[in-house]
Amino acid sequence: MSVDADTVRRIGHLARIRISDDEVAAYEGELNAILGFVEQLSEVDVSGVEPMTSVTPMVLRRRADGVTDGGYPEKVVANAPLSEDNFFMVPKVVE
Amino acid sequence: MTDLTRLSLKDLRDGIARKDFTSLEATDAYVGAIEAANDKLNAYVAVTADQARAMAKASDERIAKGEGGALEGVPLGIKDLFATKGVHTQAASHILDGFKPEYESTVTANLWGDGAVMLGKLNMDEFAMGSSNETSYYGPVVNPWRGAGGNKDLVPGGSSGGSAAAVSAWLCAGATATDTGGSIRQPAAFTGTVGIKPTYGRCSRWGIVAFASSLDQAGPIARTVEDSAILLQSMAGFDPKDSTSAELAVPDFAAAVERGVKGLTIGVPKEYRMDGMPEEIETLWHQGLEWLKAEGATVKDISLPHTKYALPAYYIVAPAEASSNLARYDGVKYGLRVSGKDITDLYELTRAEGFGREVKRRVMIGTYVLSAGYYDAYYVRAQKVRTLIKKDFEDAFAGGVDAILTPATPSAAFGIADQDLHADPVKMYLNDIFTVTVNMAGLPGIAVPAGKDGQGLPLGLQLIGKPFDEETLFAAGRVIEKSAGQDFTPEKWW
Repeated sequence: MSVDADTVRRIGHLARIRISDDEVAAYEGELNAILGFVEQLSEVDVSGVEPMTSVTPMVLRRRADGVTDGGYPEKVVANAPLSEDNFFMVPKVVE
Repeated sequence: MTDLTRLSLKDLRDGIARKDFTSLEATDAYVGAIEAANDKLNAYVAVTADQARAMAKASDERIAKGEGGALEGVPLGIKDLFATKGVHTQAASHILDGFKPEYESTVTANLWGDGAVMLGKLNMDEFAMGSSNETSYYGPVVNPWRGAGGNKDLVPGGSSGGSAAAVSAWLCAGATATDTGGSIRQPAAFTGTVGIKPTYGRCSRWGIVAFASSLDQAGPIARTVEDSAILLQSMAGFDPKDSTSAELAVPDFAAAVERGVKGLTIGVPKEYRMDGMPEEIETLWHQGLEWLKAEGATVKDISLPHTKYALPAYYIVAPAEASSNLARYDGVKYGLRVSGKDITDLYELTRAEGFGREVKRRVMIGTYVLSAGYYDAYYVRAQKVRTLIKKDFEDAFAGGVDAILTPATPSAAFGIADQDLHADPVKMYLNDIFTVTVNMAGLPGIAVPAGKDGQGLPLGLQLIGKPFDEETLFAAGRVIEKSAGQDFTPEKWW
């Protein structure tokens, strides 16, 4: 499988990374080089093999459903480029 | 007075505990060394000299009172991937501009709890994506090693290039690092230092900037096997804040270092004999086996048939997880923000400017392999191959092998801005060919300096262990270190 210029633009949008027109060709080449490299996985017989979900044999731990942290909104927004009254500020989303 | 930066971590720690010298004196010596070297080596992206001195004074006070932890007063460098409260934490990326966390990573908190002193934050490949430390927003780190008679700048490897260079150049007593596909072991091999990636789950990932969550593990880079054992001892341990943290007691790693290899069976996987591998690496590998045999180990030929598929499977799994983990950098919560006409525009412009080229490439590959219609063909298939890779190792261990010896890297350190490597991303990825299998299987792996190439540059050997059996790696690694008997100190030119 390989990607074309339109697919590069589509992936860029899905990834929320603006790809300028003069970058498309380079990404197309690089992504296809990587996809060409991983293509060799198709020669592996994986019939009956379970996909790995956990690299160590462990059951995901659970804990009681209770509040254990929080209550400091000013710390949460402390690194925000733009905040007001402990809210993150973004451009208007709903008209 | 002796140069305190030239002591091993263990000797420094013991000297401070004995009050032969103070932590403040050691810390001042390191800060001085960093100030003199960093313009040339670029190993540190932030130096926290004032904080370091304050921590050192507090250590000295504890020691005066007869108190003190396992790393009391020892000055360390911290990879920029670890969240350090109120201190530069940017994963060497532009997109985290100005980020100073309100919290501390579990691994660094463990180190400070044992009395260690933070010298500053170490350079790395952006978001730990790279094998040469050239993808850093702060520019490449320069390897303290140079080829015989040459003055060409070499890479220190990556992604923990700053950690490896700082340890090698005596700019810290030891350093934290992380390893997703070889990011501790490859730079350790390139700089003549020791690096161990412990078993997945041994160190908490809480507070470490996430790259590929099912592969990421923290570990130390140090100048000796024993120093690396002492550091890992402090870094490791169960942490309820990381759901994949192993609820196991941490053994006394330092006690295992001199245990020897008598009676152990060392596996030699035939699939690691790569076409075009330099003869000196093949020779070193053979030499390593002879050293282990001479100390009483048995060598056994083994097969890990899916080895060649580990790297391609990695380049699906790791970017897929990265594309998900890096979705959080959006110009809203922290770091860089580039304004746009609407929210999508803001996201796209921020991420286009904030991420470097390698990071964008991997996020895009990850986005593609997870996108509708391709998920089964790429991601699910890669996870199935990963099951097979892990089974290869399980079969070898079930067949009586205690540890596996391989080369650490397919070459010694290469030049900065190598045209050949930059023309094709896959060529750079091949640096991790011997290390990436270990992450895919969640196993522990250690790189130990074992010899030098024709240029006099360090070469490393890698030992791979059973899950949670880092002790055998320290014991066998120590045999390699002792048998090699070489000085892995770079000649100072900086």
